[in-house]
Amino acid sequence: MNRQTNSNRKFIIIGIFLFIALIITLKLFYIQVIDKSYKLDASNNVIRHIRQYPARGLVFDRNEKLLICNKPSYDLMVIPNQISNLDTNEFCSLLNISKEQFIEKIEKSKNYSFYKPSVFENQISNKTFGYIQEKLFKFSGFFIQPRTLRDYPIAIAPHLLGYVGEVTNNDIKQDKYYKSGDYIGKSGIENIYEKELRGKKGVKIILVDVHNREKGSFNNARYDTLAEAGRNLYLTIDAELQEYGEKLMLNKKGSIVAIQPKTGEILAMISSPSYDPNLLIGKERSKNYNNLLHDSIKPLINRANTGLYPPGSAFKPVNALIGLQEKVISPNTKFSCQGPESTPIKCTHYHISPLNLRQAIEVSCNSYFWNVFKNIINNPGYNSVRDAYCAWREYVLSFGFNSKFNGDLFSIRSGNVPSADYYDRIYGKGHWNALTIRSLAIGQGEILVTPVQLANLATIIANKGYYYSPHLVWAIDNIYNKYNIDKLKHITKIDSVNFEPVIQGMYDVFEKSEGTAKWYKVKDLSICGKTGTVQNPHGKDHSIFIAFAPKDNPQIAISVIVENSGFGSTWAAPITTLMIEKYLNKTVKRKNVEQRIIDGNLISEN
Amino acid sequence: MRRKENIFKNIDWYLVITYFLLVIFGWISIYAAGYKPNVSSIFDISQNYGKQLIWIVASTVLILIILMIDPKFFSALSYTFYAICILLLIGVLMFGSEIGGAKSWFKIGGFAMQPSEFTKIFTNLAIAKYLSSININNKKKYPKLKIAFIIGLPILLIFLQNDTGSALVYLAFIIVLFRDGFFKNTIIIGTVLIILFIVTLLLGKILILQILAGLLLLMTFLLLKKYKKYKKTFFKILGIFAICSVYILSVDYIFENVLQYHQRTRIEILLGKKTDPHGAGYNVNQSKIAIGSGGFTGKGFLKGTQTKYNFIPAQSTDFIFCTVGEDFGFIGALTIIVLFLFLIIRIIILAERQRSKFSRLYGYGVASILFFHFSINVGMTIGLFPVIGIPLPFFSYGGSSLWSFTILLFIFIKQCSKKNELI
Repeated sequence: MNRQTNSNRKFIIIGIFLFIALIITLKLFYIQVIDKSYKLDASNNVIRHIRQYPARGLVFDRNEKLLICNKPSYDLMVIPNQISNLDTNEFCSLLNISKEQFIEKIEKSKNYSFYKPSVFENQISNKTFGYIQEKLFKFSGFFIQPRTLRDYPIAIAPHLLGYVGEVTNNDIKQDKYYKSGDYIGKSGIENIYEKELRGKKGVKIILVDVHNREKGSFNNARYDTLAEAGRNLYLTIDAELQEYGEKLMLNKKGSIVAIQPKTGEILAMISSPSYDPNLLIGKERSKNYNNLLHDSIKPLINRANTGLYPPGSAFKPVNALIGLQEKVISPNTKFSCQGPESTPIKCTHYHISPLNLRQAIEVSCNSYFWNVFKNIINNPGYNSVRDAYCAWREYVLSFGFNSKFNGDLFSIRSGNVPSADYYDRIYGKGHWNALTIRSLAIGQGEILVTPVQLANLATIIANKGYYYSPHLVWAIDNIYNKYNIDKLKHITKIDSVNFEPVIQGMYDVFEKSEGTAKWYKVKDLSICGKTGTVQNPHGKDHSIFIAFAPKDNPQIAISVIVENSGFGSTWAAPITTLMIEKYLNKTVKRKNVEQRIIDGNLISEN
Repeated sequence: MRRKENIFKNIDWYLVITYFLLVIFGWISIYAAGYKPNVSSIFDISQNYGKQLIWIVASTVLILIILMIDPKFFSALSYTFYAICILLLIGVLMFGSEIGGAKSWFKIGGFAMQPSEFTKIFTNLAIAKYLSSININNKKKYPKLKIAFIIGLPILLIFLQNDTGSALVYLAFIIVLFRDGFFKNTIIIGTVLIILFIVTLLLGKILILQILAGLLLLMTFLLLKKYKKYKKTFFKILGIFAICSVYILSVDYIFENVLQYHQRTRIEILLGKKTDPHGAGYNVNQSKIAIGSGGFTGKGFLKGTQTKYNFIPAQSTDFIFCTVGEDFGFIGALTIIVLFLFLIIRIIILAERQRSKFSRLYGYGVASILFFHFSINVGMTIGLFPVIGIPLPFFSYGGSSLWSFTILLFIFIKQCSKKNELI
C-alpha cells in the first residue's frame, strides 16, 4: 500500500470529525440559545403533567332511565420538594386533620417520590375544595386534581351494577393503561364493561411558577391530549321492576330473576339482602365495604348468580318433558298416589288418584314424578341404566343447567348436574339404579341450580323449547347489535309439541281448585307457574317458584327463591305474581298481598 | 523499584488529563441526575453516583496495571483475546440475562457485566494486528474477506442479543480501514445511497424519480452535440440511473421489512414525518426540552428541573448529556464537545506519529470508536440522530462502559510511550 497517499486520508477523517462536531454544536446553539420554545421562565418554572380523567360512561336501564352517573370530586395532590414555608397549622385546620396525620401523609408521599405528584388527600369535600382553591397559592407544592366519582340517582341493583375502586398493583401490571390512583370497575357491570366505560385519559401539560401559580399551557398545548369520555351502556334491566322487586324482598334472603323470554334480556335481577350502592363511593368506601363484608347476612353476595339450590318440585316439568320426548309416558298416562304413604317417595298430601300428567303438575305429586323418572331410567330402549341416565343428563344440560351461559353475566356459578361417572364413584359401576338416585325425580339430591338457570327454565317452557342466553346489556352508545343474537340462541332437545301438556298443568297451578298457587291468581292475567319447596338441612325449607305470563304470548319469565321460608306457595308464589302483575299491568291492585309481603321479615325470625 | 519510576515515563499527559477531566465531569453529571435532597452522602452506594465512584477508583487501578504491562503483550495476544471475547458473546446468548430488552449481560452476584463493551477493545486489537501483518513481503489471500469476518462476527452476535446500538458501533472500524487504504469509491457510493434513502423517505419515490429523470434529460441534451466523444460516459450515466431507480423503488421495502417497528418509528420521528410526543418521541422531546431550557449558561448545578423531575428516562446512562445541557447550558455542552474533540484529534495525531503500523491502526480504532459513541449519543439527545442506546464514553453511568473505554484508551497511551519501538 502506498503509505504517502493514504496518509492524506487523515485530513479527510479529521475533517469529517470536525464537520459532525460543528453540526452538533450549531444544533445545540440553536436549541439552547436561539430557539425560545424550549425555554422555561427564568424563575425556574416547571412543567407539570396533569392527568385529564375522562367521565366514565353512563349506565341506563331499558327505558333509558339513568342508573349510574358521575359527580365531580377533587384530589389534593402534593409534590414534596416544592413545599416551602408551609404554615402547617393553618393547612391542617383547613383539611381538618391532625399534625400527626399530616406528617404521616407527607412521609408517604416522600417515600413515593420527591418530584412526582402523589395523592395527599383524596376526594376532598366541595366545601374544603372551595377553601383550598382560594388559598392554594399559600401552599406551594400542593395542587388540585379534579376527577369524577360514581353516583346512583336511584339506589338499586348494587350487585348487578358493581362498583369502582382504585386499581391494585396487579391491575397496573396487567394493563399498562392504568397508573397508580386510577379507578377501575371492580365487580358487576362496571367490571365486565370496564373497557367500554373507562374512556381514554388525556394529559394536560401546564407551566407553574415557584408560587404554584398556573402560567398557562406548555408549547401552546401542542402536546396536550384530550380525555375521551367513556361509552354509555343501556341495560336490559327495567329499573321500576327492579326497584319493586327489591322492595318485596326486604328483610328476606333470596333472589328474583326476571327474563324477557323472546330475547333472553334480564328484566330484573334481585339479590337480597342488598345494600345502597352509594355506600361504596366516596371517602367512607373502605370502611363501609368492610362492614358489608363482615355482615352476618352477607349482603355483598349476589345470590341470583352464585346462589346454589336444589330446584325441588320446580324441576318436575323437566322430568315430564323428558318423559314425553322419550315416549315413556304420554299426556294421558296415569299413576296412582297414596299421599304420605307412597313409596319410595312420600307425597306431601292426599289428592285425587290416579292422576294424569296435567293434574300431577297442578298438585305437584311426588309419586307421579317418581314413576316418570323410573320409566326414563329403566327405558328398555337403552342398553343399561347408565346409558339411560346419560341420555337424561344430556336433556337436562340442553336446558342450560350446569352451564354459565354465553351472555355477559359475571362471576356466575354453573351449578351441578351429577355425571354418571360421579355415581360410579359413589356406588360402584353397575351398583346404582333409578331407586338409588330417586331424589332427582323431584329435583332434590345432588342437583344444584342457580336462580338464573331457574328463570331460564321458565323461559324455555314459555318459548316451548328454546332460549337466548340471559344477558344484561342491549346497547352500547348507539350500537344496538352488540351480540350476534343468533350466537346466544340455544335449542333444547325437546320438541315443542311436548310442552303443551306441561304448560296446561302449570296454568292449572293457578286456575284449578287443587292448584298449589290458586290463592295468588291475578284477575285477567294468565300465569303459568310451578311451586317448589327445597328441603334445607340447616333450617326451614327454601321456597321456590318459577312462572311465565301471559300464557299465550309470554312477556316475562321469572324465578323466585326465598330462603328459609317454608312452602313454595307461602312466599315465593305471591312475590312471583306481584312481580308479573307489576310488569304487565304497571300497577298492583292486590294491595293486601303486597303489604303482607313487604312487611314480612324472615331474617330476624331466624 | 526501577519499574515504578518507569511506568509514567513518556506517557502523553494531555490524553491522561483530558480523560480525567471527562470522568470527573461525568461523575458530577451523574450526581446531579440522581441527586435527592434527603440523601446527602456522595459515597452512598445505593445511588448511581456512589457506585460510579467505585467504578472510577477501580478504573484508576486498571490504568496502573495497563501501564505496567509491556505493550507487546497486547499485540502478541490480540487474536487470543479476540477469540475469548467471541466465546463470551456466544456464552451470553445462551446463559446471559436480559436488561432493558437486550440479552447482553452476565449477572454475577449483584453486578452485571456486558461482554459486548469489552469486545470493542479486542476487535480493535485484532484488526490492527491483522492489517499490520499485511505488507509487500507478506501478501495474504482475500484480506478484505478476512477483515470483514473479524468485524462482522461480533456485529452478528451482538445483533442476536438484540442490542442494535452496540452492534452499530462496529461500523466505526470503517474509518480505520479507510485510513489503511481500503475503499476508493465505496465511501462515496455509500454516502450517496444513504442520502438517497433519506431523501426518498422524506419526499416520496415518485418525486425523486422525476428529479432523476429530469437530470438525465438535461445530461442527454448537453451531451447530444458531442455524442460520439461521450458515448461511453453516456451509457455509464444511464446505468447509474437504472441502478438508482431500482434502489429508490426498493427503499420502501427495506424500510418496511428490514427495519423493526421501533426503529422505523424513531427514524420517522427524526425526519419529522411523525409526531408522537407521548410515545416513541417522548424521550427525545423531553431531552430537547431539558437541554434547550438550559440556555446559554445553564440553570446551575443541581438546579435543573427537567432532569430532577425524572422526566427523562435513562438520564444517568444514555441521556446523561441532558443533565450537562440543562445544568451547565451551552457553555457546559460546548466544553464537553471541545474536550472530546481534543481527545480524539490528539489520538489521531499521536497515531500518525507511531512507527509501528499496529499502534497507528489501533489508535485510529480508539479515535473512531470514541467519536462514533460521542456523536451518536449527543446527536440523539438533541434530535439529530435516531435514538440508539449507546453510552457517552467516560460520562455515562456504568462500570462495564467506563472500564472498557478506559482500557481501550490506556492500551493506546501505553503504546505511545514506546513509540520508538516496533511493536
